Amino acid sequence: MKPKSIAVVGAAETTRLGKIPDVSVIGLHADAALNAMKDAGLKPSDIDGVATAGISPVELAHYLGITPTYADGTSVGGCSFMLHVRHAAAAINEGLCKTVLITHGESGRSRVGAGGFGRAPSSLMGQFEMPYGVTSPPTMFTIPVLRYMKTYGVSEADLANVAVIQREWAAKNPRASFKDPITVDDVLNSPMIAWPFRMLMCCLVTDGGGALILTSAERAKDFPQKPVYILGTGESVETPMVSQMEDFTSSKAFRVSGKKAFDESGITHADVDHLMIYDAFAHLPLYGLEDLGFVKPGEAKDFINERNTAIGGKLPLNTNGGGLSYMHSGMYGMYALQESVRQMRGTAAAQIDGAKISVSHGVGGMFAASGTVIFTNES
Amino acid sequence: MARMLPEPTPETRHFWEGCRDGELRLQRCTDCKHTYFPPRAFCPKCASREVEVYKASGKAILYSYVINHRPRPDMGTEPYAIAVVQLDEGPRMMTNIVGCPQTPEALVLDMPMQVHFAKQTDEISLPLFEPAKG
Repeated sequence: MKPKSIAVVGAAETTRLGKIPDVSVIGLHADAALNAMKDAGLKPSDIDGVATAGISPVELAHYLGITPTYADGTSVGGCSFMLHVRHAAAAINEGLCKTVLITHGESGRSRVGAGGFGRAPSSLMGQFEMPYGVTSPPTMFTIPVLRYMKTYGVSEADLANVAVIQREWAAKNPRASFKDPITVDDVLNSPMIAWPFRMLMCCLVTDGGGALILTSAERAKDFPQKPVYILGTGESVETPMVSQMEDFTSSKAFRVSGKKAFDESGITHADVDHLMIYDAFAHLPLYGLEDLGFVKPGEAKDFINERNTAIGGKLPLNTNGGGLSYMHSGMYGMYALQESVRQMRGTAAAQIDGAKISVSHGVGGMFAASGTVIFTNES
Repeated sequence: MARMLPEPTPETRHFWEGCRDGELRLQRCTDCKHTYFPPRAFCPKCASREVEVYKASGKAILYSYVINHRPRPDMGTEPYAIAVVQLDEGPRMMTNIVGCPQTPEALVLDMPMQVHFAKQTDEISLPLFEPAKG
Protein backbone atom coordinates (compact mmCIF):
# COMPACT_ATOMS: atom_id res chain seq x y z
CA MET A 1 0.00 0.00 0.00
CA LYS A 2 0.95 3.64 -0.39
CA PRO A 3 2.17 4.90 3.01
CA LYS A 4 -0.24 7.28 4.78
CA SER A 5 -3.07 6.64 2.30
CA ILE A 6 -5.27 5.15 5.04
CA ALA A 7 -5.98 6.36 8.59
CA VAL A 8 -7.54 5.15 11.81
CA VAL A 9 -10.38 7.54 12.64
CA GLY A 10 -12.08 5.58 15.40
CA ALA A 11 -10.55 3.49 18.17
CA ALA A 12 -11.89 2.25 21.48
CA GLU A 13 -11.87 -0.66 23.88
CA THR A 14 -14.87 -2.07 25.72
CA THR A 15 -16.26 0.16 28.46
CA ARG A 16 -14.89 -2.28 31.03
CA LEU A 17 -11.95 -4.69 30.91
CA GLY A 18 -11.15 -7.62 33.19
CA LYS A 19 -14.05 -9.58 34.61
CA ILE A 20 -17.32 -8.94 32.75
CA PRO A 21 -19.64 -11.87 33.56
CA ASP A 22 -22.76 -9.99 32.46
CA VAL A 23 -21.79 -9.56 28.78
CA SER A 24 -21.50 -12.29 26.14
CA VAL A 25 -18.86 -12.49 23.43
CA ILE A 26 -20.97 -10.80 20.77
CA GLY A 27 -22.02 -8.21 23.35
CA LEU A 28 -18.35 -7.33 23.90
CA HIS A 29 -17.86 -6.91 20.13
CA ALA A 30 -20.88 -4.59 20.05
CA ASP A 31 -19.80 -2.55 23.09
CA ALA A 32 -16.38 -1.94 21.56
CA ALA A 33 -17.92 -1.16 18.16
CA LEU A 34 -20.36 1.37 19.63
CA ASN A 35 -17.54 3.04 21.54
CA ALA A 36 -15.39 3.26 18.40
CA MET A 37 -18.28 4.64 16.32
CA LYS A 38 -18.91 7.28 19.00
CA ASP A 39 -15.19 8.11 18.96
CA ALA A 40 -15.39 8.61 15.19
CA GLY A 41 -18.79 10.33 15.21
CA LEU A 42 -20.30 7.60 13.02
CA LYS A 43 -23.48 5.50 12.96
CA PRO A 44 -23.74 1.88 11.77
CA SER A 45 -25.24 3.15 8.51
CA ASP A 46 -21.96 5.00 7.85
CA ILE A 47 -19.97 1.75 7.93
CA ASP A 48 -19.67 -0.20 4.67
CA GLY A 49 -16.93 -2.69 5.58
CA VAL A 50 -16.62 -5.14 8.48
CA ALA A 51 -13.83 -7.40 9.72
CA THR A 52 -13.61 -9.61 12.75
CA ALA A 53 -12.27 -12.88 14.14
CA GLY A 54 -13.70 -15.27 16.71
CA ILE A 55 -17.21 -14.65 15.47
CA SER A 56 -18.09 -14.34 11.80
CA PRO A 57 -18.34 -10.96 10.06
CA VAL A 58 -21.91 -12.00 9.20
CA GLU A 59 -22.84 -12.16 12.87
CA LEU A 60 -21.15 -8.83 13.50
CA ALA A 61 -22.78 -7.02 10.58
CA HIS A 62 -26.25 -8.31 11.36
CA TYR A 63 -25.97 -7.63 15.10
CA LEU A 64 -24.98 -4.01 14.51
CA GLY A 65 -27.31 -3.42 11.56
CA ILE A 66 -24.55 -2.86 9.03
CA THR A 67 -24.96 -3.63 5.31
CA PRO A 68 -21.37 -4.00 4.12
CA THR A 69 -19.88 -4.16 0.64
CA TYR A 70 -16.72 -5.66 2.17
CA ALA A 71 -16.44 -8.44 4.78
CA ASP A 72 -13.24 -10.03 6.11
CA GLY A 73 -13.40 -13.07 8.39
CA THR A 74 -9.66 -13.76 8.50
CA SER A 75 -9.14 -15.70 11.70
CA VAL A 76 -5.53 -16.68 12.37
CA GLY A 77 -5.46 -16.14 16.12
CA GLY A 78 -4.54 -13.09 18.17
CA CYS A 79 -2.93 -11.14 15.33
CA SER A 80 -6.02 -11.41 13.10
CA PHE A 81 -6.74 -7.71 13.68
CA MET A 82 -3.35 -6.68 12.29
CA LEU A 83 -4.28 -8.61 9.16
CA HIS A 84 -7.72 -6.99 9.14
CA VAL A 85 -6.08 -3.54 9.18
CA ARG A 86 -3.85 -4.56 6.30
CA HIS A 87 -6.70 -6.01 4.23
CA ALA A 88 -8.98 -3.06 4.99
CA ALA A 89 -6.31 -0.64 3.80
CA ALA A 90 -6.05 -2.52 0.52
CA ALA A 91 -9.83 -2.71 0.17
CA ILE A 92 -10.36 1.01 0.77
CA ASN A 93 -7.59 1.90 -1.66
CA GLU A 94 -9.15 -0.43 -4.23
CA GLY A 95 -12.57 1.19 -3.80
CA LEU A 96 -14.32 -1.89 -2.36
CA CYS A 97 -15.63 0.20 0.52
CA LYS A 98 -14.99 3.51 2.27
CA THR A 99 -15.19 2.94 6.02
CA VAL A 100 -14.20 -0.32 7.70
CA LEU A 101 -15.08 -1.40 11.25
CA ILE A 102 -12.79 -4.02 12.82
CA THR A 103 -13.93 -5.58 16.10
CA HIS A 104 -12.71 -7.93 18.78
CA GLY A 105 -14.61 -9.25 21.79
CA GLU A 106 -13.76 -12.21 23.95
CA SER A 107 -15.09 -13.60 27.19
CA GLY A 108 -11.76 -15.22 27.97
CA ARG A 109 -12.29 -15.35 31.71
CA SER A 110 -16.05 -15.58 32.21
CA ARG A 111 -16.70 -17.71 29.06
CA VAL A 112 -20.14 -16.15 28.46
CA GLY A 113 -21.35 -17.27 25.04
CA ALA A 114 -17.85 -18.50 24.21
CA GLY A 115 -16.84 -21.60 22.26
CA GLY A 116 -14.39 -24.29 23.39
CA PHE A 117 -10.71 -24.83 22.63
CA GLY A 118 -10.87 -28.16 20.83
CA ARG A 119 -9.17 -29.77 17.87
CA ALA A 120 -10.64 -32.65 15.86
CA PRO A 121 -8.69 -35.84 16.64
CA SER A 122 -8.28 -36.33 12.88
CA SER A 123 -6.61 -32.92 12.37
CA LEU A 124 -2.83 -32.80 12.19
CA MET A 125 -2.70 -31.25 15.65
CA GLY A 126 -5.19 -33.83 16.90
CA GLN A 127 -3.03 -36.64 15.61
CA PHE A 128 0.48 -35.39 16.22
CA GLU A 129 0.30 -33.03 19.23
CA MET A 130 -2.85 -33.54 21.30
CA PRO A 131 -2.04 -37.19 22.23
CA TYR A 132 1.02 -35.98 24.14
CA GLY A 133 -0.90 -34.00 26.73
CA VAL A 134 -0.77 -30.43 25.48
CA THR A 135 -3.52 -28.43 27.09
CA SER A 136 -3.73 -24.76 26.25
CA PRO A 137 -1.17 -22.19 25.09
CA PRO A 138 0.99 -22.43 28.27
CA THR A 139 2.05 -25.95 27.23
CA MET A 140 2.39 -25.28 23.51
CA PHE A 141 3.62 -21.76 22.92
CA THR A 142 6.42 -22.45 25.39
CA ILE A 143 7.79 -25.63 23.82
CA PRO A 144 10.48 -24.02 21.62
CA VAL A 145 11.85 -21.85 24.41
CA LEU A 146 14.34 -24.26 26.06
CA ARG A 147 16.09 -24.55 22.70
CA TYR A 148 16.20 -20.75 22.42
CA MET A 149 17.55 -20.48 25.97
CA LYS A 150 20.30 -23.03 25.33
CA THR A 151 21.27 -21.47 21.99
CA TYR A 152 21.65 -17.93 23.37
CA GLY A 153 22.40 -18.51 27.05
CA VAL A 154 19.11 -17.07 28.24
CA SER A 155 18.25 -17.74 31.90
CA GLU A 156 14.96 -18.09 33.72
CA ALA A 157 15.78 -14.75 35.39
CA ASP A 158 16.08 -13.15 31.94
CA LEU A 159 12.57 -14.37 31.10
CA ALA A 160 11.31 -13.16 34.47
CA ASN A 161 12.72 -9.68 33.91
CA VAL A 162 10.51 -9.24 30.84
CA ALA A 163 7.49 -9.53 33.12
CA VAL A 164 9.04 -7.25 35.76
CA ILE A 165 9.67 -4.39 33.32
CA GLN A 166 6.21 -4.67 31.79
CA ARG A 167 4.69 -4.45 35.25
CA GLU A 168 6.49 -1.12 35.66
CA TRP A 169 4.62 0.15 32.60
CA ALA A 170 1.34 -1.31 33.88
CA ALA A 171 1.72 0.65 37.11
CA LYS A 172 1.21 3.83 35.10
CA ASN A 173 -2.02 2.55 33.55
CA PRO A 174 -5.26 2.81 35.57
CA ARG A 175 -6.98 0.23 33.35
CA ALA A 176 -4.26 -2.43 33.79
CA SER A 177 -5.36 -5.61 35.56
CA PHE A 178 -2.12 -5.90 37.58
CA LYS A 179 -0.39 -2.72 38.73
CA ASP A 180 1.60 -3.70 41.84
CA PRO A 181 5.38 -3.85 41.33
CA ILE A 182 7.02 -7.28 41.11
CA THR A 183 10.62 -8.47 41.28
CA VAL A 184 12.49 -11.16 39.39
CA ASP A 185 12.31 -13.27 42.57
CA ASP A 186 8.53 -12.80 42.71
CA VAL A 187 8.29 -14.15 39.17
CA LEU A 188 10.66 -17.05 39.84
CA ASN A 189 8.70 -17.96 42.99
CA SER A 190 5.26 -17.78 41.39
CA PRO A 191 3.48 -21.11 40.80
CA MET A 192 4.99 -23.45 38.22
CA ILE A 193 2.81 -23.81 35.13
CA ALA A 194 4.99 -25.58 32.56
CA TRP A 195 8.68 -25.54 33.40
CA PRO A 196 10.50 -23.24 32.73
CA PHE A 197 7.35 -21.07 32.70
CA ARG A 198 5.97 -19.71 35.97
CA MET A 199 2.58 -18.09 36.34
CA LEU A 200 3.91 -14.52 36.16
CA MET A 201 5.61 -15.31 32.83
CA CYS A 202 2.18 -16.14 31.36
CA CYS A 203 -0.50 -13.73 30.20
CA LEU A 204 -3.66 -12.89 32.05
CA VAL A 205 -7.01 -14.39 31.13
CA THR A 206 -9.62 -11.62 31.08
CA ASP A 207 -12.77 -10.38 29.33
CA GLY A 208 -12.92 -7.42 26.98
CA GLY A 209 -12.82 -6.15 23.45
CA GLY A 210 -11.78 -3.37 21.14
CA ALA A 211 -12.66 -1.85 17.78
CA LEU A 212 -11.02 0.25 15.09
CA ILE A 213 -12.49 2.29 12.23
CA LEU A 214 -10.41 2.97 9.14
CA THR A 215 -10.98 5.23 6.15
CA SER A 216 -8.95 7.00 3.48
CA ALA A 217 -6.47 9.66 4.60
CA GLU A 218 -8.33 12.13 2.41
CA ARG A 219 -11.58 11.64 4.36
CA ALA A 220 -9.81 11.29 7.71
CA LYS A 221 -9.29 15.04 8.05
CA ASP A 222 -13.04 15.53 8.51
CA PHE A 223 -13.29 13.32 11.59
CA PRO A 224 -13.26 14.55 15.21
CA GLN A 225 -10.12 12.67 16.30
CA LYS A 226 -6.55 13.29 15.23
CA PRO A 227 -5.99 10.81 12.36
CA VAL A 228 -3.45 8.06 12.86
CA TYR A 229 -1.97 7.09 9.50
CA ILE A 230 -0.81 3.67 8.39
CA LEU A 231 2.75 3.68 7.12
CA GLY A 232 3.25 0.01 6.37
CA THR A 233 1.83 -3.43 7.01
CA GLY A 234 2.92 -7.04 6.85
CA GLU A 235 1.55 -10.51 7.44
CA SER A 236 2.56 -14.14 7.19
CA VAL A 237 1.71 -17.60 8.48
CA GLU A 238 3.95 -20.56 9.21
CA THR A 239 2.55 -23.73 10.81
CA PRO A 240 -0.50 -24.80 12.81
CA MET A 241 1.76 -27.07 14.89
CA VAL A 242 4.40 -25.46 17.09
CA SER A 243 6.44 -28.68 16.95
CA GLN A 244 6.87 -28.11 13.21
CA MET A 245 8.15 -24.53 13.25
CA GLU A 246 11.23 -24.31 11.09
CA ASP A 247 13.52 -22.67 13.66
CA PHE A 248 12.82 -22.95 17.39
CA THR A 249 14.88 -19.83 18.09
CA SER A 250 13.11 -17.52 15.63
CA SER A 251 9.66 -17.16 14.08
CA LYS A 252 9.59 -17.20 10.29
CA ALA A 253 6.16 -15.55 10.32
CA PHE A 254 7.58 -12.70 12.48
CA ARG A 255 10.52 -12.19 10.15
CA VAL A 256 8.45 -12.15 6.97
CA SER A 257 5.68 -9.94 8.35
CA GLY A 258 8.06 -7.48 10.01
CA LYS A 259 10.27 -7.07 6.95
CA LYS A 260 7.27 -6.50 4.70
CA ALA A 261 5.94 -3.76 6.98
CA PHE A 262 9.30 -2.02 7.34
CA ASP A 263 9.99 -2.20 3.59
CA GLU A 264 6.58 -0.78 2.80
CA SER A 265 6.88 2.07 5.29
CA GLY A 266 10.33 3.17 4.16
CA ILE A 267 11.44 3.78 7.76
CA THR A 268 14.45 2.43 9.61
CA HIS A 269 14.45 0.87 13.06
CA ALA A 270 16.00 4.02 14.50
CA ASP A 271 12.89 5.95 13.43
CA VAL A 272 10.63 3.91 15.73
CA ASP A 273 9.52 5.77 18.87
CA HIS A 274 7.19 3.17 20.33
CA LEU A 275 6.79 -0.58 19.98
CA MET A 276 4.14 -3.13 20.84
CA ILE A 277 5.01 -6.84 20.65
CA TYR A 278 2.19 -9.23 21.46
CA ASP A 279 3.30 -10.86 24.72
CA ALA A 280 1.19 -13.90 25.47
CA PHE A 281 4.27 -15.20 27.29
CA ALA A 282 7.52 -13.66 28.48
CA HIS A 283 9.59 -15.05 25.61
CA LEU A 284 7.62 -13.27 22.89
CA PRO A 285 9.20 -9.82 23.32
CA LEU A 286 12.61 -11.53 23.05
CA TYR A 287 11.73 -13.29 19.79
CA GLY A 288 9.95 -10.16 18.53
CA LEU A 289 12.83 -7.74 19.13
CA GLU A 290 15.18 -10.10 17.27
CA ASP A 291 12.87 -11.19 14.45
CA LEU A 292 11.76 -7.61 13.71
CA GLY A 293 15.43 -6.65 13.47
CA PHE A 294 15.70 -4.23 16.41
CA VAL A 295 18.57 -6.35 17.77
CA LYS A 296 20.60 -9.26 16.46
CA PRO A 297 19.68 -12.88 17.32
CA GLY A 298 20.48 -13.56 20.96
CA GLU A 299 20.79 -9.89 21.92
CA ALA A 300 17.24 -9.25 23.11
CA LYS A 301 17.78 -10.37 26.72
CA ASP A 302 20.62 -7.90 27.25
CA PHE A 303 18.67 -5.18 25.45
CA ILE A 304 15.80 -5.66 27.90
CA ASN A 305 18.02 -6.17 30.96
CA GLU A 306 19.80 -2.89 30.14
CA ARG A 307 16.36 -1.22 30.39
CA ASN A 308 16.17 -0.04 26.77
CA THR A 309 12.49 -1.05 26.65
CA ALA A 310 11.62 0.25 30.14
CA ILE A 311 10.32 3.64 31.21
CA GLY A 312 12.89 6.21 30.06
CA GLY A 313 14.53 3.73 27.66
CA LYS A 314 15.20 4.40 23.99
CA LEU A 315 12.60 1.91 22.73
CA PRO A 316 9.50 1.93 24.97
CA LEU A 317 7.88 -1.51 24.62
CA ASN A 318 4.41 -2.69 25.61
CA THR A 319 3.59 0.55 27.35
CA ASN A 320 0.09 -0.54 28.38
CA GLY A 321 1.62 -3.34 30.49
CA GLY A 322 1.07 -5.92 27.77
CA GLY A 323 -0.72 -9.22 27.86
CA LEU A 324 1.32 -10.03 30.95
CA SER A 325 -0.13 -7.19 33.06
CA TYR A 326 -2.69 -5.08 31.15
CA MET A 327 -5.22 -7.59 29.85
CA HIS A 328 -5.38 -10.66 27.65
CA SER A 329 -8.76 -11.93 26.54
CA GLY A 330 -7.35 -14.56 24.18
CA MET A 331 -6.76 -12.58 21.00
CA TYR A 332 -4.68 -9.73 22.38
CA GLY A 333 -3.60 -8.16 19.07
CA MET A 334 -6.45 -5.66 19.21
CA TYR A 335 -5.14 -4.19 22.48
CA ALA A 336 -1.65 -3.77 21.04
CA LEU A 337 -3.18 -1.83 18.14
CA GLN A 338 -5.29 0.27 20.55
CA GLU A 339 -2.19 1.25 22.54
CA SER A 340 -0.32 2.20 19.36
CA VAL A 341 -3.24 4.40 18.31
CA ARG A 342 -3.40 6.03 21.78
CA GLN A 343 0.34 6.73 21.66
CA MET A 344 -0.03 8.31 18.21
CA ARG A 345 -3.00 10.40 19.37
CA GLY A 346 -1.06 11.46 22.47
CA THR A 347 -3.69 10.04 24.82
CA ALA A 348 -1.94 6.97 26.33
CA ALA A 349 -1.76 6.55 30.09
CA ALA A 350 2.02 6.16 29.83
CA GLN A 351 2.41 8.62 26.97
CA ILE A 352 5.78 8.76 25.19
CA ASP A 353 6.46 12.45 24.64
CA GLY A 354 6.79 13.40 21.01
CA ALA A 355 6.27 9.87 19.66
CA LYS A 356 5.70 9.97 15.91
CA ILE A 357 6.04 6.34 14.80
CA SER A 358 4.64 3.26 16.48
CA VAL A 359 5.05 -0.40 15.47
CA SER A 360 2.42 -2.93 16.51
CA HIS A 361 3.44 -6.54 16.03
CA GLY A 362 1.14 -9.49 16.62
CA VAL A 363 1.31 -13.24 16.85
CA GLY A 364 -1.44 -15.75 16.13
CA GLY A 365 -1.69 -19.28 17.47
CA MET A 366 1.60 -20.70 18.74
CA PHE A 367 3.96 -18.85 16.36
CA ALA A 368 1.44 -19.91 13.69
CA ALA A 369 0.78 -16.48 12.21
CA SER A 370 1.91 -12.89 12.40
CA GLY A 371 0.80 -9.40 11.46
CA THR A 372 2.60 -6.06 11.71
CA VAL A 373 1.20 -2.52 11.42
CA ILE A 374 3.33 0.63 11.46
CA PHE A 375 1.51 3.85 12.42
CA THR A 376 2.40 7.53 12.34
CA ASN A 377 0.67 10.71 13.45
CA GLU A 378 2.32 12.83 10.74
CA SER A 379 0.31 13.27 7.55
CA MET B 1 -10.28 -41.10 31.89
CA ALA B 2 -9.23 -42.47 28.49
CA ARG B 3 -6.24 -40.77 26.92
CA MET B 4 -6.90 -38.48 23.96
CA LEU B 5 -5.89 -40.48 20.89
CA PRO B 6 -5.31 -39.72 17.23
CA GLU B 7 -7.84 -40.54 14.55
CA PRO B 8 -5.88 -41.56 11.45
CA THR B 9 -6.84 -40.23 8.03
CA PRO B 10 -6.08 -41.84 4.64
CA GLU B 11 -2.94 -39.70 4.40
CA THR B 12 -1.59 -40.69 7.81
CA ARG B 13 -2.76 -44.30 8.13
CA HIS B 14 0.64 -45.78 7.19
CA PHE B 15 2.24 -43.92 10.09
CA TRP B 16 -0.19 -45.19 12.71
CA GLU B 17 -0.18 -48.72 11.28
CA GLY B 18 3.60 -48.59 11.56
CA CYS B 19 3.43 -47.56 15.21
CA ARG B 20 0.97 -50.38 15.87
CA ASP B 21 3.43 -52.80 14.23
CA GLY B 22 6.45 -51.41 16.09
CA GLU B 23 7.96 -49.37 13.25
CA LEU B 24 8.49 -45.63 13.00
CA ARG B 25 7.58 -44.88 9.39
CA LEU B 26 8.57 -41.67 7.63
CA GLN B 27 8.06 -40.49 4.09
CA ARG B 28 10.71 -39.52 1.59
CA CYS B 29 10.47 -37.82 -1.78
CA THR B 30 11.90 -40.05 -4.50
CA ASP B 31 12.62 -37.00 -6.65
CA CYS B 32 14.44 -34.64 -4.25
CA LYS B 33 15.17 -37.20 -1.47
CA HIS B 34 13.70 -34.91 1.23
CA THR B 35 12.38 -36.73 4.32
CA TYR B 36 9.39 -35.06 5.94
CA PHE B 37 6.82 -35.23 8.74
CA PRO B 38 3.86 -35.12 9.41
CA PRO B 39 2.64 -37.46 6.68
CA ARG B 40 1.05 -36.22 3.48
CA ALA B 41 0.72 -37.50 -0.07
CA PHE B 42 3.31 -35.17 -1.58
CA CYS B 43 6.70 -33.65 -0.85
CA PRO B 44 6.35 -30.31 0.99
CA LYS B 45 9.72 -29.21 -0.38
CA CYS B 46 9.31 -29.79 -4.14
CA ALA B 47 5.59 -30.69 -4.42
CA SER B 48 6.34 -34.01 -6.13
CA ARG B 49 3.73 -36.73 -5.64
CA GLU B 50 6.45 -39.38 -6.05
CA VAL B 51 6.96 -40.23 -2.40
CA GLU B 52 7.70 -43.44 -0.53
CA VAL B 53 7.24 -44.72 3.01
CA TYR B 54 10.26 -46.17 4.78
CA LYS B 55 11.22 -47.44 8.20
CA ALA B 56 13.13 -44.85 10.21
CA SER B 57 15.89 -45.69 12.69
CA GLY B 58 13.86 -44.60 15.72
CA LYS B 59 16.90 -42.63 16.92
CA ALA B 60 16.62 -39.00 17.90
CA ILE B 61 17.88 -36.27 20.20
CA LEU B 62 15.88 -34.34 22.77
CA TYR B 63 15.32 -31.00 21.07
CA SER B 64 13.10 -28.96 23.40
CA TYR B 65 10.35 -29.46 25.98
CA VAL B 66 8.26 -28.14 28.83
CA ILE B 67 7.25 -29.97 32.00
CA ASN B 68 3.51 -29.52 32.39
CA HIS B 69 2.67 -29.02 36.06
CA ARG B 70 -1.06 -28.82 35.43
CA PRO B 71 -1.76 -32.25 33.96
CA ARG B 72 -4.58 -32.73 31.52
CA PRO B 73 -7.16 -34.99 33.19
CA ASP B 74 -6.45 -37.89 30.81
CA MET B 75 -2.71 -37.68 31.51
CA GLY B 76 -2.75 -38.59 35.19
CA THR B 77 -1.85 -36.40 38.13
CA GLU B 78 1.95 -36.01 38.00
CA PRO B 79 3.90 -33.40 36.02
CA TYR B 80 5.00 -34.68 32.62
CA ALA B 81 7.28 -33.49 29.87
CA ILE B 82 5.82 -32.53 26.51
CA ALA B 83 8.83 -32.81 24.26
CA VAL B 84 9.97 -32.34 20.71
CA VAL B 85 12.63 -34.73 19.45
CA GLN B 86 14.72 -34.32 16.34
CA LEU B 87 14.87 -37.62 14.47
CA ASP B 88 18.18 -38.77 12.98
CA GLU B 89 16.47 -38.58 9.59
CA GLY B 90 15.81 -34.84 10.09
CA PRO B 91 12.17 -34.19 10.96
CA ARG B 92 11.06 -33.14 14.43
CA MET B 93 8.04 -34.53 16.22
CA MET B 94 6.19 -33.96 19.45
CA THR B 95 6.21 -36.79 21.96
CA ASN B 96 6.44 -37.71 25.63
CA ILE B 97 9.56 -38.99 27.35
CA VAL B 98 9.43 -42.29 29.22
CA GLY B 99 11.97 -44.26 31.22
CA CYS B 100 13.41 -41.31 33.10
CA PRO B 101 12.32 -38.76 35.74
CA GLN B 102 10.30 -35.83 34.43
CA THR B 103 12.73 -33.23 35.76
CA PRO B 104 15.02 -30.60 34.24
CA GLU B 105 18.01 -32.45 35.74
CA ALA B 106 17.15 -35.73 34.00
CA LEU B 107 16.00 -34.17 30.75
CA VAL B 108 19.03 -32.57 29.13
CA LEU B 109 18.75 -31.04 25.69
CA ASP B 110 20.54 -32.94 22.92
CA MET B 111 20.61 -36.22 24.88
CA PRO B 112 20.23 -39.25 22.59
CA MET B 113 16.80 -40.86 22.56
CA GLN B 114 15.16 -43.91 21.02
CA VAL B 115 11.57 -44.61 20.12
CA HIS B 116 9.35 -46.68 22.42
CA PHE B 117 5.89 -47.66 21.23
CA ALA B 118 3.25 -47.41 23.95
CA LYS B 119 0.17 -49.48 23.10
CA GLN B 120 -3.09 -47.65 23.80
CA THR B 121 -5.67 -49.70 21.85
CA ASP B 122 -5.54 -52.49 19.25
CA GLU B 123 -5.20 -49.79 16.60
CA ILE B 124 -3.17 -47.07 18.25
CA SER B 125 0.30 -47.18 19.75
CA LEU B 126 1.93 -43.82 20.47
CA PRO B 127 5.57 -43.24 19.48
CA LEU B 128 7.13 -42.11 22.77
CA PHE B 129 10.85 -41.70 23.36
CA GLU B 130 13.23 -42.91 26.06
CA PRO B 131 16.92 -42.22 26.73
CA ALA B 132 19.02 -44.28 24.30
CA LYS B 133 20.53 -47.40 25.81
CA GLY B 134 24.19 -48.23 25.33
